Amino acid sequence: MSQAVVAASLTFVLLMGTAVALSNAPERQAVTLSVLGLGLTVLFLALQAPDVALSQLGVGSAVLPLMVMLAVRKVRSIR
Amino acid sequence: MTRRARFSLFLAGASCFAVLLVLAVLGLPGFGTTRHQYRDHAVAAAIGHGTANVVSAVNFDQRGIDTLGEESILLGSVVGAAALLRPARREQDHAPAGGGSVLEATRLAGYVVLAVTLLLGIDLIAHGHLTPGGGFQGGVVLATGLHLLYVAGRYPALARLRPLASFEVGEGLGAAAFAGLGVAGMAVAGSFLANVLPSGSFGDLLSAGSVPLLNVAVGVEVACGTVILLAKFLEQAITITGP
Repeated sequence: MSQAVVAASLTFVLLMGTAVALSNAPERQAVTLSVLGLGLTVLFLALQAPDVALSQLGVGSAVLPLMVMLAVRKVRSIR
Repeated sequence: MTRRARFSLFLAGASCFAVLLVLAVLGLPGFGTTRHQYRDHAVAAAIGHGTANVVSAVNFDQRGIDTLGEESILLGSVVGAAALLRPARREQDHAPAGGGSVLEATRLAGYVVLAVTLLLGIDLIAHGHLTPGGGFQGGVVLATGLHLLYVAGRYPALARLRPLASFEVGEGLGAAAFAGLGVAGMAVAGSFLANVLPSGSFGDLLSAGSVPLLNVAVGVEVACGTVILLAKFLEQAITITGP
């Protein structure tokens, strides 16, 4: 069971990572990055590392995409 | 360097790296096996100091100096980002116009989740030595939770309830407390960050010696640092207009 969850979340992370790299606009990249962060959280949880999963959830899915979105908004307002 | 030469240089480096990576991965112990030398030593050392969450024991007791380095990196990054994001000479900081209206349901949900999130953050820090979590995770939860005020209300509400000057003091105090506990360990036991406090009984709230104190120090520093970081980004995106 847990092997299946690990395999599924690893595959999801692989696909989402590619999606992040292929997103062409930074604001879309922030959203795909956030989803990738959620996938990594599930992966870390399946690998029995809840401490790392919590850090990943806070930083990778919330703070980092928010900073990217705010930076994009600022750059747009200058142009 | 021509495009072709650059590409062949990249190919040479990448193929060497690929060979070494494959060799290294083949030398790893199998995935999910039960043989873990480091785990055996780390768990024994954690139980020796009465720390139920072995990850916290590794982070704050056995490899405390690594965590001090990480916290210093965070402190430096926040200071650097704040310096870069300060208003430039030709930019003006002005109070934002009232802003859009927020649905009553959104506002209610925001305030309810805000209270739950702040409680969760404090819980993560306070029980970091017992259950998964700790100063870093709790600090990030506290800082992001505070920004639900921005989702639930308006930017001025967040700006009023977030006196940045005291957060700056808090960030410095958190970092200084971590280093201070390290120096205290050196003064008492002769080694930096030595866990000199009594370990208490395994699984109690007051156990694990200095680990919960270091968790609180890191929690304060991370929460304050992340709030300052997000505040500087929000200022630049919302209130500061430039030429």
